[in-house]
Amino acid sequence: MGLRIKYHPILGEDLRKDMISIEVDGRAIPAYEGEPIAAALIASDIKTLRKTKRIGEPRSLFCARGVCTDCVMTVNGTPNIRTCITPVEKDMKIEKQEGLGNWGEEPK
Amino acid sequence: METELAVIGSGPGGLSAAIEAAKFGVKVAVVDENPKPGGQLFKQIHKFFGSEKHKAGVRGIDIGNQLLQQCQDFNVDLFLNTEAWAIFDNGKALGLKRGTDKIEKLSTKKLVLATGAMENSLAFPGWTLPGVLGAGGIQTLMNLHRVLPGQRVLIVGTGNVGLIVSYQLIQAGAEVVAVIDILPKIGGWGVHASKIRRLGTPILTFHTVKEATGNGEVKGAVIAKVGPGYKIIQGTERELKVDTIGIAVGLTPMAELAWSAGCQLAHVPELGGWVPVHNERMETTLKDIYVVGDVCGIGEASTAMEEGQISGIAAAESLGYLKRGKAEELLEERRKGLDTLRGGPFATHTKAGKGKLMKRYYKS
Amino acid sequence: MRTLRFNVLSEEELMELPGFPSLDVIEKGKPVAVIECAEKIPCNPCEACCPQGAITVGEDINNLPSLDPYKCTGCGLCIAACPGLAIFVVRKAYNESDALISIPYEFLPLPEVGEQVEALDREGKKTCLAKVAKVRNSKKYDRTPVVSFTVPKEKCMEVRHIRLL
Repeated sequence: MGLRIKYHPILGEDLRKDMISIEVDGRAIPAYEGEPIAAALIASDIKTLRKTKRIGEPRSLFCARGVCTDCVMTVNGTPNIRTCITPVEKDMKIEKQEGLGNWGEEPK
Repeated sequence: METELAVIGSGPGGLSAAIEAAKFGVKVAVVDENPKPGGQLFKQIHKFFGSEKHKAGVRGIDIGNQLLQQCQDFNVDLFLNTEAWAIFDNGKALGLKRGTDKIEKLSTKKLVLATGAMENSLAFPGWTLPGVLGAGGIQTLMNLHRVLPGQRVLIVGTGNVGLIVSYQLIQAGAEVVAVIDILPKIGGWGVHASKIRRLGTPILTFHTVKEATGNGEVKGAVIAKVGPGYKIIQGTERELKVDTIGIAVGLTPMAELAWSAGCQLAHVPELGGWVPVHNERMETTLKDIYVVGDVCGIGEASTAMEEGQISGIAAAESLGYLKRGKAEELLEERRKGLDTLRGGPFATHTKAGKGKLMKRYYKS
Repeated sequence: MRTLRFNVLSEEELMELPGFPSLDVIEKGKPVAVIECAEKIPCNPCEACCPQGAITVGEDINNLPSLDPYKCTGCGLCIAACPGLAIFVVRKAYNESDALISIPYEFLPLPEVGEQVEALDREGKKTCLAKVAKVRNSKKYDRTPVVSFTVPKEKCMEVRHIRLL
C-alpha cells in the first residue's frame, strides 16, 4: 500500500474506508470499490498488466485515461478491457493478458 | 434521441459551449465516453492563471465543479459512458454507444467537437517498460486516483506539463530525481521552473534519455548530454536510479471525428499537428460543425472555455435564439478575451497557428 | 526574462522588476511583498486580491505586476493568491538580528511553530538554519498555507523555501 496517497496537501485525507477483494491471477488484492482496476494493481505493486503478442514484452499504464490501450487485461473472462478506466467490482477476476487474449470459440 | 446542439466532450471547452448555448434557450446534449465529466480539469489541482472571468486563482478541480453546476442550472443533458463513434449527415446525426453495448442515434441541428488531445510518447530503448508513463497519465493516477506510479521519477520535458507534474509529484510524496529537456532552454513558464528549483529539483537542459533500464520494469534511466544536431555526446551518459519515467513531450489533437465527418484538416505544427480548419466563430468547413479547445489547437483550459463560449453563442445565433447584433457584441467580447490570453510571448506560436487556420478557412 | 529559460532569477534581475519594492523600503524593515514575477503571462489574481490596491497589473493582464511599496502592508494575501507561487513577504526588521520571511508552502507535513528548519535559496541550496514563527492556513488561502520563518537579516533576499529536518 506504499503507493497510495493517504494524506495530500491539496486533496486532503483519503476518507475511503471499506476495501473489497478482487482476484488478480489467482491472488487476492485489496481495492476500493469503484476505483480503476489499474490503480488498485499499481497500489499493490503489480506493474505488469499484460504481455505482447509477438515477443511477450511486459506492458503497463501509459496514458491512464483510456486512449492508448496499453493497460488492457482480461476481466471476468472478457479480454482487452482498458483497466485504467474500468472500475473495480467485488470478486472481479482479473488476469494478466497474454497477447490478444482468449476470445472464445470462432463463430460457425 | 433528439437535440438541437450536440457536444462531444465534457471538458472545459465542451461544457462552456453547452452552457453558453443553453443560456439562450438552446436544447443541448453533451456526450462523453468517460464515466466522469470534466475532461482533464479534475486532475488539475493547481490554481489557474488568467483573469477573474477565466477563473484565475481557482483550482482546476473547482472550476470543473462550477461548470458542472452551471450545466445543471441551465438544463444541459449530460450523457456519460457514451461514446460517439460516428458522425453522419454533415453533423446532423451521431452514432452513440451507451455503456458497453447499447447503440443509439442522436439527431441534432448543430454539433460541437470538443474532443481534446492525447499525450505524445517518445521512443527510446526501454520505452515500453512498465514504469514509463505519460506525465499527464501520472497526473491522472495520483490526483484522480490517489496512487503514485512509483517513488523516484525522471521527467522528460520542461514544458508546463513536465514542470507542473514534477511539482505535484513532490506534493504527493514522490521524489523527482531530475527534469530533462533536449532543447537548450526550459520550455515552460519561469514561475513553474522556479518553484521546483527552490525545492532542489535539478532541471537539465541539453539532455536526453538514452535508455530505460530494468528487467521487466523500470529500474533506472540513462540520460546523456547532447551537442550540435542534438546528438548524444559520448561519455556524458549517466544512469539515474528511478522507478518511473514521465514523458512530457507535447500533446496531439484527437481530430479523428472531425476528419471522418468530412471537415477539412490542416497540418499546423504550432497547434500540435493535424487540426480542423475553422474560422473565428469556431465553424469548420462543414457549417453545422464547430470545434473548440485542444482539438483545434493545443492551449489551456482558459482558451478552451473562451472558444467553447464562442461556439455556443454562434450556434445559438445560427439556431435563431440570438439576434445577430447581440451575438456580434458577445462574440467580440470573447475574442478580446482570447486575444488577451494569447497576448504574451509564450502564445505567439499559437496565435500564428490560428492565423494560418483562418486563412485556410477563407481560402477553401 | 531570458535567464528563466536557463536558470533562476539573480538578485540583480529581481531588483529591476516592477514587483520589487525599493531597497529603501526593504531596509526600513516593515513587512512588504516581493513579487518575483518576471515574465509576461496572462494573469492578475495578485492585483485582484490586494485589499490595499498596492498591486497593479492593468487592463492588459500580460503586464508584469508592479508593487506600490507604500500601500503594501505585508498582509500576505497575495502569497497565497499567486497561481505561480511567486510572491513572498519580507520583514527585514523583525528583530535585532533576524528578518521574517513568509512563503507559500503547499506540502505535508506543515511545519510547527518553533520548529528549526533549513532555509533554501532559489536553487534549493541550503543557505542557513531558520526557525518557524507562524503557520497560517486560512480558508481564504484555498489550500496554500503561508509559513513565516526567521533567518539572519543578510539572507532576506536569498532565502525562498524551507526544508523540514
